[in-house]
Amino acid sequence: MFNYQTTLGQAEFENPIFTASGCAGSGKELSQFFELSQLGAVVTKSIMLKARSGRATPRMAETPSGMLNSIGLQGPGIDLFLENDVPWLRDQGATIVVSIAGESVEDYAVLARKIRAVPGISALEVNISCPNVENRGQVFACHPETARAAIQAVRRNIGGELPIIAKLTPDVTSIVEIAQEVVAAGADSLALINTVLGMVIDTNTMRPKLAGKTGGLSGPAIRPIAVRAIYQVHAAMPHVKILGMGGVASGQDAFELILAGASAVSIGTATFGNPMAAMKVKEELRNELVEHGFDSLREAVGYAHRSEGNL
Amino acid sequence: MGINSSAKQVLAEIVSNKKVGAYHHMVFAVGDLANSSKPGNFVAISVGGESSQLVLRRAFAIYRTFDRGQSVGLLEIVVAPHGAGSTWLANQQPGSKIDLIAPLGTAFGIPTEPVRALLVGGGYGSAPLFGLSEVLKNRGCRVDMVLGASTAMKIYAPLDGKRSVSSLTITTEDGSTGKTGKVTDAMREIIEANEIDIIYSCGPMGMLEAINDIAEEFNLMHQCSIEESMACGIGVCMTCVLPIKGEDGVIRMLRSCIDGPVVAGENVIWKAKRTIPEGTWGA
Repeated sequence: MFNYQTTLGQAEFENPIFTASGCAGSGKELSQFFELSQLGAVVTKSIMLKARSGRATPRMAETPSGMLNSIGLQGPGIDLFLENDVPWLRDQGATIVVSIAGESVEDYAVLARKIRAVPGISALEVNISCPNVENRGQVFACHPETARAAIQAVRRNIGGELPIIAKLTPDVTSIVEIAQEVVAAGADSLALINTVLGMVIDTNTMRPKLAGKTGGLSGPAIRPIAVRAIYQVHAAMPHVKILGMGGVASGQDAFELILAGASAVSIGTATFGNPMAAMKVKEELRNELVEHGFDSLREAVGYAHRSEGNL
Repeated sequence: MGINSSAKQVLAEIVSNKKVGAYHHMVFAVGDLANSSKPGNFVAISVGGESSQLVLRRAFAIYRTFDRGQSVGLLEIVVAPHGAGSTWLANQQPGSKIDLIAPLGTAFGIPTEPVRALLVGGGYGSAPLFGLSEVLKNRGCRVDMVLGASTAMKIYAPLDGKRSVSSLTITTEDGSTGKTGKVTDAMREIIEANEIDIIYSCGPMGMLEAINDIAEEFNLMHQCSIEESMACGIGVCMTCVLPIKGEDGVIRMLRSCIDGPVVAGENVIWKAKRTIPEGTWGA
C-alpha cells in the first residue's frame, strides 16, 4: 500500500498536493471543478489586515512558458476572510492553510493574534516575499533582519500549536541564509519559492506592459529556479520540511521538486491554464513515485541528494 | 448556486473552421453544455497543444450555441487571429480536439417586456449579439443593430445573423463598406427614429465608453460586454478587474470574468478604467 501522506512541521496531510497562495482564491471558484477535500490542502490567497483593492491594470502579461503578474494582494481583509471564507472551506471538508501578508512587523503580529483562536486551520503560511508591493524595501524576505522580525512576530503571537510556513523569495543573494534566519526565528517549515521579479516592455507602446511596471514571474519558466532553491535549502537544513512550488504542471514536475527536497508541492499558475491541474498532478505524481519503486512519498523527499555510491 | 455553476471542462472536437473576412468562424461539438449557455457568456480555450509555451487560456465570446438533441450540442465562436494563441487556434482543423471551459461569466439581461433594443458591436465583438438578437426577437422585441470596424474585412455580419435583426447599419472608419465613421456616429439617429429603450454592446473598451456616453445622454439602459486581459477566466487569478460601482454605491475592483463580462454600463467607472479610483474599497 503506497503511503502518500506528508507533514509540514507538526501538521499532517493526506497527500502532498496543495494549491499555491494567490492561485486558487479561497477555493470557491475551483470547487466547481473538483472537491477541495481531495487536495492535500487549500492554501488561501495571502490575506492582509485590511481590505485591499490591489494594483491598477494591466496586471498580467503572458511570457514564454509563464506569466508576469502584479495583482497587489487584492482581498477582503482578515476579518471578512475569517468570517466568510474559512467557515466555507471547513464546510467543504478542505484542509486549510491560511496565508497572511503584512505591511509591517506589527501587521504580522496582529494577523497571527486574529488567527490563533480560529478552529480548522492546519497551518499558517507567512508570506514575507510578495514582490508586488509599492516599496521593494517592504519585501521582508529580502533581508535577514526583516525576515526574522516578521516571523518572530508571528511566532510570539500564534501560540504553540499552529505550524508556521515561511514563504521566501529566490530574489536574494543567498536563500539559505534567509531560510536559516526564519527557522531560527521560529518557522517550522518553508514555502519555496515565491514569484521572481520581472518586467515586460510592450514594443508597440514602448512602455512597461504592467501598470505596476514590475511583476512576479511564475509558471514553468521559473521551475529550475525553484528546484535550485529547494535543493540548496534542503542540503543546508535537511530536517526542515519544504512546501515546494514554481512552475509545476505535471506529476513529473512535482517529482523533480520532491527529489530536490520538497515534502509537499503547490500548484499555482498551472491552475490558470487548467482548473483541474492539481488533481492531474496528484494522480501523476503518485504514478511517478510508484513507477520509480517508492513505497511512500517520504522516501523520495530529497532523494537527489543521496551520495554517489547509492543507486 | 456556486460560481460558474453550469460551467464544464470538455475536450471538444472541431466540427468546422471557416475563414470569414479577417476572422475564423469555428464550431465545436461540446455536448450538453450548449444547453446552459446564454448570450453574453464566454468560453475559455486552452491553446498551443501539450508542449506549448503558452500557459494561459484564451477567452472568446460565445457566438451562439445549438442543442441538436442527443447531447450533440454545438458551440460557435469567432476568432480574430492576432496573437500566437488565437493564430494557433484558427489554424486547427476539423477533427482536432480542443480543451475548453464553458459557459463562463454573466449573460446579457433579457427584459421581461417587449422593448426596442439597439445592439452595437465593434469588429468581432458583433459575435455574441446575433444570439442575443434571436432571444430578443423571440420575446417580441424590435432589434436594431449597428456594427462598426476599421475596415470592411473586419465586419462580422453573417447572412443568417442579419435575418435576426429589424435593421442593420454598418460603419467603417475607412469607408470601405457602409457609412464612413464610427458606430457612435450612427447611433443617435437610430435611437431617436426608433425610440430605443435599451442598448446592448460588445467591443473594445474605448468604444464601449463612447457608447455609454450616448446611453447616458438619452437616459437609456446600457448592458455591455467588457474586456480586460484575463489569465484564468474562472475567477481565481484577479487580473481582469475594473472599477465598478455596486448597488451600495461602493466602487470595487471586480473581475470581468465572474462579475462580467456583461455589466450595466452605468456602474462602470469608465473615466478611471485601468486605475484604482479614489474611494475604491480597499484602496
